[in-house]
Amino acid sequence: MDVEILARIQFAFTIMFHYIYPPLSIGLGLALVIMEAIWLKTGNPLYHNMARYWTRIFALTFAIGVATGIVMEFEFGTNWSVYSRFVGDVFGSALAAEGIFAFFLESGFLAILLFGWNKVGPKLHFFATCMVCFGAHFSALWIVVANSWMQTPAGYHLEKMVDGHPVRLPPEHVVAADDLGSVRAVIDNFWEMVFNPSSMDRIIHVLLGAWMAGAFLILSISAYYLLRHRHLDFARASLKVGLVFATVATLLQMVSGDFTAKGVAKNQPIKLAAMEGLYETQAYAPLNVIGWADSTREQDFGLKIPGLLSFLTYGDFARPVAGLKELPPDEFLQRRYPEATAPEIEEIRRGYWPNVPAVFQFYHLMISIGVALFVLVAVANFRWWRGWLFNTHTKWSRLFLAALILSVLGPQIANQAGWFAAEMGRQPWIVYELLKTSQAFSRVVTAEHIVFSLILFAFVYALLFAVFIYILTRKIHHGPDEEEESPEMPESWRNLIRRDAARAEA
Amino acid sequence: MDLNLTWFILVGVLLTGYAILDGFDLGAGILHLFVKKDEHRRLMLNSIGPVWDGNEVWLVTGGGALFAAFPEAYATVFSGFYIPFMLLLAALIFRAVAIEFRSKEPWGWWRQMWDVAFAGGSFLSAFLIGVAMGNIVRGVPLDAEFEFRGTFVGLLNPYAISLGVTTVLLFTMHGAIYVAMKTEGELQARIRGWIPGLIGWFLAAYFLFNLYTLVECPHVLETVRERPYILGIMAIGAFIILNIPREIHHGREFRAFLSSCLGMAVMMGAFGATYFPNMVYSFPDPANSLTIYNAASSQKTLGIMLIIALIGVPIVLAYTTCIYYIFRGKTKLSSHSY
Repeated sequence: MDVEILARIQFAFTIMFHYIYPPLSIGLGLALVIMEAIWLKTGNPLYHNMARYWTRIFALTFAIGVATGIVMEFEFGTNWSVYSRFVGDVFGSALAAEGIFAFFLESGFLAILLFGWNKVGPKLHFFATCMVCFGAHFSALWIVVANSWMQTPAGYHLEKMVDGHPVRLPPEHVVAADDLGSVRAVIDNFWEMVFNPSSMDRIIHVLLGAWMAGAFLILSISAYYLLRHRHLDFARASLKVGLVFATVATLLQMVSGDFTAKGVAKNQPIKLAAMEGLYETQAYAPLNVIGWADSTREQDFGLKIPGLLSFLTYGDFARPVAGLKELPPDEFLQRRYPEATAPEIEEIRRGYWPNVPAVFQFYHLMISIGVALFVLVAVANFRWWRGWLFNTHTKWSRLFLAALILSVLGPQIANQAGWFAAEMGRQPWIVYELLKTSQAFSRVVTAEHIVFSLILFAFVYALLFAVFIYILTRKIHHGPDEEEESPEMPESWRNLIRRDAARAEA
Repeated sequence: MDLNLTWFILVGVLLTGYAILDGFDLGAGILHLFVKKDEHRRLMLNSIGPVWDGNEVWLVTGGGALFAAFPEAYATVFSGFYIPFMLLLAALIFRAVAIEFRSKEPWGWWRQMWDVAFAGGSFLSAFLIGVAMGNIVRGVPLDAEFEFRGTFVGLLNPYAISLGVTTVLLFTMHGAIYVAMKTEGELQARIRGWIPGLIGWFLAAYFLFNLYTLVECPHVLETVRERPYILGIMAIGAFIILNIPREIHHGREFRAFLSSCLGMAVMMGAFGATYFPNMVYSFPDPANSLTIYNAASSQKTLGIMLIIALIGVPIVLAYTTCIYYIFRGKTKLSSHSY
C-alpha cells in the first residue's frame, strides 16, 4: 500500500478511537452541571450522589480522551508535514487557541471536579464543574473551526516565497506539484477564518452529537439498573434527567442536521451529491431512505421519496439538485486542464469525486440511527406521560428498557459515521479545492514507519479499550454510593442536605 | 524585539513550563517502582493525581504554539522524528491511563502491571524528550526544502542518548523533591534520603554532557565564544541546583522545590540563549537550518497569536496557581484517591 493510504488509515484509526471519548466528556460534562445545579437548588442528596456517580464515569472517559488526544495534535506534523507547512499559518492558530483557552480550562478545573468534593465548598465545586463543561465545549469549538476551515477555507490568501520574499498569489491560483514547499496559505482575517461558511453549522451539529452521546449513556445505565431492580431511586431520577437531556438534544439535532445538509449543498455540492448517490442533475431530486450507490454503473438504487432532496435542500420540490456528472463544473476543470477536450474532461471529473458508495452508506447510517433515536425518545416520552416509564412487569416495558440500554451505541456509531461522511466526502481534497490529500502527506516518512506506528497503536488501543470496558462495567456494577452517610463529607456540604426534599421526591 | 523573537521566547516558555511541571510527574513515575509498599505507591501517585493532567496540557499547547508560530519547524521535527515521537506518544498514553487504572482493583498482579506501565511510560517519556532535544542541539541533516534526511538509527546517536540520560536524572531529582514536599513520615524520610545522591548524579551527568557538547558540537562552542554570558547563566543554574541540598537539610521542601523549578528554567534559558536564532539546526549543512525567521508564520498570524497569548496565558496562570493552592499541603488518601 502506498504512503498516502497508510497515512490516512493510521490517522483515521487514531482519531476514531479518540472520538469515542470526547463526545462522552462533553455530554456528561453538561449533565454534571445540570445534576449539580439541581442538587444545589433542592438540597436533595439523591442528586448529590448522582453527580458524584456520573463524575466517576466522566473521569474515566476524560482520562482516555486526554491520553489519546495528544496523539492527534502530533499527527498533523508526523503524517501530514506538507499539509502542516501549507496551512500552519491559518490552521495552527485555531489549534493553539484550543490549547490556551480550552484545554487548560478543562484539565485545570478537572482537579477540583474530581478531587475537590471534600476540599472546597459546594459553590466553588459547581463553578469548577461549569468550567470543565465549558472548556470541553470550547475545545470542540476550536477543533471543529479548524476542521471546517479545511471544508470551506476562508479568510486567507495564497503566498509564494520567491528569493526569501513572500509574493501574494491571485485567488484563482491552482496549487501545482512544484508549488509545494514554497506556496502556503496565509491568514487575511482571523474572524473570517473562524466563522468560515461551514463552521457554525458544523460546531452545533458536533456538539449536539456529543450531547446525545452523553445523554444516551445516562439513559442506558439508568435503564439497566431499573431492569435489574437495583438503586431504583437513583435510576429513576437519573433516567428522568437523561431523558429530558436526550429529548432536547435529539430534537435540536434534527434541526441542526437539516441546516448542516443545506450548508453542504451550498458549500460542497459534490459531497451532497455523493451522500445521496445523485449522479444525474435532476428536478424533483429524490431522497434515499435506504439503498446503495453503484459506482460502476453510476446510478443509485433504493427506496426513494421523490422530490424530497430538492425540497430539503432548497425548500422547493421542483428545483434541480446538481448531480455528480456535472460536478465539479466544467469551468473549474477547464481552468486546471486548459488543453483537455470535452471527453477528457468527463474522465478527469471522476478524479474529483469522493468514494461515492462509502460516503452514501456512512451518511445514511448516520441518518437512520438519528431517526431511530428520535423514535425511541418519542416512545420514552409517551411512556413517561402515561406513567409507564419505570414499569418492568410487562414484556413490552422490559423490551423498551432493553432498547434504552442498547441506545448508548446509537450516538457513538452515528458520530463516527457522520465524520466518515464528512471527511471522505471532502476527498480528494485535504483542504477543499485548494490542496489534495495526495499532495499533503509527509515526504520523509516511509510506509514501514507508518505500519510500525499503526501496529503500535492497534495494540495499545485494543488494550485500552478492553480495560475501559472492564472498568466501566465494574463502575456500573458497583453503582452509586450513599455519599451523605460518608464521614468524609464536610460541614459546608452537609448543611445543604434537605431530607424533606428527598422524601418529597421519593 | 520583533514578533519572531517574542514567539521564540513564548514557545520556549511553554516548553519550559512543560518540563518543570510534567517533569516532576514523570520523575515521580520513574521513582514509583523504587518504593515497595502499596500505600506509599498510592501516596506518590496521588501527590501528582490532581495536577498531572493540567501539566500535560503544557506540552499540547507548546506543540500547538509551535505549529502556529513556526509551522516549518513543527513539520520538519515531527515528520523527521517519526518513530521516536510515536514511541513517546505511546509512553505518555501508558503513563496517563496507568494513573487512572492502577488502584481500581486490589489484585497484586493488576497493580504491579500498571505500576510497571506507569514507571516505564514515565521513564521512556523523559528519555525520549531528552533524545529529541539532544538531536536538536547537535543538529540534524536537513535538505534545501528543510526535510529531514537522517534515519531513525541516526537519531539514537551517543550524544542524544547522553542528553536522554541527563534528562531522566533531572526529572527524577525534580520528582523526588516534589514527592518529598507532598508526603510525610516514613515515605518522606526515604525519598529525602535519595535527594542528595540524585542531585549528585544529575550534576555529574549535566557537567559531562556539557563537556561532550563542546567536543561534539563545534557550532555550540562557537556560539558560547560569541556570547560568553551563556556560561554565566549556566553557572547560576548549577548554583541554584546546589542550593537544594541546603534547603532539604533545613526541612524546607517547598523552597527546595522552587529552587529545582528555577534551576530548570535557568537551564532552559541557557539553552535558548545558545540556540537562538535557530529553530532546527542543520548539520552537516548549516545553510539549510530553520531559524525563527524562515520557519515562522506570517507577521499577521504571529500578531494574532500574541493577542491570544496575552489574553489566555494570564488567565491560565491565575487559575493554575489557585488550583495548586487548593491542593497544597501533604497528600492524604481518601475515597476519591487513585
